Amino acid sequence: MNGRQIGDVILDLQNISLRFGGVKALTNISFDVREHEIRAIIGPNGAGKSSMLNVINGVYHPQEGRIAFHGEERRRMEPHMAAMQGISRTFQNIALFKGMTVLDNIMTGRITKMKANFIEQAFYFGRARREELEHRKKVEEVIDFLEIQHIRKTPVGRLPYGLQKRVELGRALAAEPTMLLLDEPMAGMNVEEKQDMCRFILDVNDQFGTTIVLIEHDMGVIMDISDRVVVLDYGKKIGDGTPDEVRNNEEVIRAYLGVGH
Amino acid sequence: MLYREAGQFKASYGADQQIFPIRQDRIGIMIVLAIAFIAVPMLASEYWLKGILIQFLVFSCAALGLNILTGYAGQLSLGSAAFMAVGAFASYNFMLRIDGMPLLVAFVLGGLAAAFVGILFGLPSLRIKGFYLAVATLAAQFFIVWLLTKVSWFSNDSSSGVITAQEMVIFGYKFVTPESKYLLVLSVVTALALMAKNMVRGSVGRAWMAVRDMDVAAEVIGIRIMHTKLLAFAVSSFYCGVAGALYAYAYLGTVEPEGFNLDLSFKILFMIIIGGVGSISGAFLGPPSSSCCRFSWM
Ligand SMILES: Nc1ncnc2c1ncn2[C@@H]1O[C@H](COP(=O)(O)OP(=O)(O)O)[C@@H](O)[C@H]1O
Ligand SMILES: [Mg+2]
Repeated sequence: MNGRQIGDVILDLQNISLRFGGVKALTNISFDVREHEIRAIIGPNGAGKSSMLNVINGVYHPQEGRIAFHGEERRRMEPHMAAMQGISRTFQNIALFKGMTVLDNIMTGRITKMKANFIEQAFYFGRARREELEHRKKVEEVIDFLEIQHIRKTPVGRLPYGLQKRVELGRALAAEPTMLLLDEPMAGMNVEEKQDMCRFILDVNDQFGTTIVLIEHDMGVIMDISDRVVVLDYGKKIGDGTPDEVRNNEEVIRAYLGVGH
Repeated sequence: MLYREAGQFKASYGADQQIFPIRQDRIGIMIVLAIAFIAVPMLASEYWLKGILIQFLVFSCAALGLNILTGYAGQLSLGSAAFMAVGAFASYNFMLRIDGMPLLVAFVLGGLAAAFVGILFGLPSLRIKGFYLAVATLAAQFFIVWLLTKVSWFSNDSSSGVITAQEMVIFGYKFVTPESKYLLVLSVVTALALMAKNMVRGSVGRAWMAVRDMDVAAEVIGIRIMHTKLLAFAVSSFYCGVAGALYAYAYLGTVEPEGFNLDLSFKILFMIIIGGVGSISGAFLGPPSSSCCRFSWM
């Protein structure tokens, strides 16, 4: 594959079960993610894909199962801890800060790296000033990378959907994550926007070596860009392997590929 | 907005990250400050200084505080006046009970006392939002005023909780004339406004707005929601506390807890709504326009 070397397992999920009252969102799911790979999660609506990402970065707490990230096992994860450990994500329904500009949204992505306290900031002095300029520079690199220079100062609420998705990716990238969780980054986009997004995802993976866990409905995209695929159906894992293996898996064909949606 | 940033190109991020990056803003602020510090004390009558401008600055300071909490951090509060009361009564007691307490230090301590109380009454915000939070801050409003009236220690055992602010002296200079009082209040409020502007354009401000706009995403990015909300309550109450101290010392002279009632809280809320929720300059546009409205209603 493109220059990068797929490494060891960095995220290992064992027997994860997650329930909401009577609803079993995830049942006894195990899979792993290797360093630098693009790992796709597919499955019909309601299969539990988004829940899976929410478990990985601590938004949901599974009733059963074990999660190890970089070999470190954790019983209970909180979202801001996941962020500190280098896990960033985007959301299925865009979760940008609507009242803020593109620049401020992406700057916010670097918040865990900014150390000046509020008093230093009130005086905009020393570390506060230095940090603001340093991080601005990093954020401009993200802005250049995603080709959104022209909308830097635009409030995100005013942007079209496709660009909002791109800004949300930018906010996640600003944290320089080691692992990026993308929940349907191409949903609702036109062909051209999808191609751009695909290119950005591949470039992130290739240039920065970022490990990517990706939820996507478009099978063409999945076959093209992912290294391995997990297939979920009704909260259960029904397939796991390379795109080719998954495509030829009987159960997967029956449950998912066979039925149009 | 009457003008835009178009055509003003910045050669460095430093230039783009200035406190007022747009040239017209910079010039405008300079002119306003020059008028406020030089022209007004020379030209304004005693009535204007004592009766209107000092009060306007005090309310602007409280409005700044509420705007940080409500406009930026998205937490509605109806307790601003109560936090002003805490600032006023705390400053009074620091002056009263500690020998040689410098005036400005007493104001800051008053603000800190209000910040502490603000954090306590901000705790419900970790569980509840919007209307329910407003009701919780309403409880703070009534409880604090009740407590200051009830416990006579706060007012040095005066009847019905009335306090008379001590003379204002800084480095031996007595602030007696309206001009001097006005300039003192103006200096404090200007400094606080610049600090507020710096905070809201820094990472603290972005964290506040992030929590306001989308708290789940904020948390996932690594913002600690609890810390961020409570900091907003603390900073906001600090501003209200200092405003309360200025209200007592530079404007009223004699004040009772009832002077900081719900009416005043609502007034401050209207000021930020009229002046512009989520803007620092709005805190200064609100008070005059809301008093104009009041006059025209009457
Ligand atoms: N916060 C929640 N509360 C209750 N039920 C939920 C919640 N999140 C997800 N679910 C349920 O879990 C199941 C899986 O949902 P989800 O993970 O969003 O699926 P997908 O992303 O694959 O479409 C669905 O039945 C959904 O209703
Ligand atoms: Mg989903």
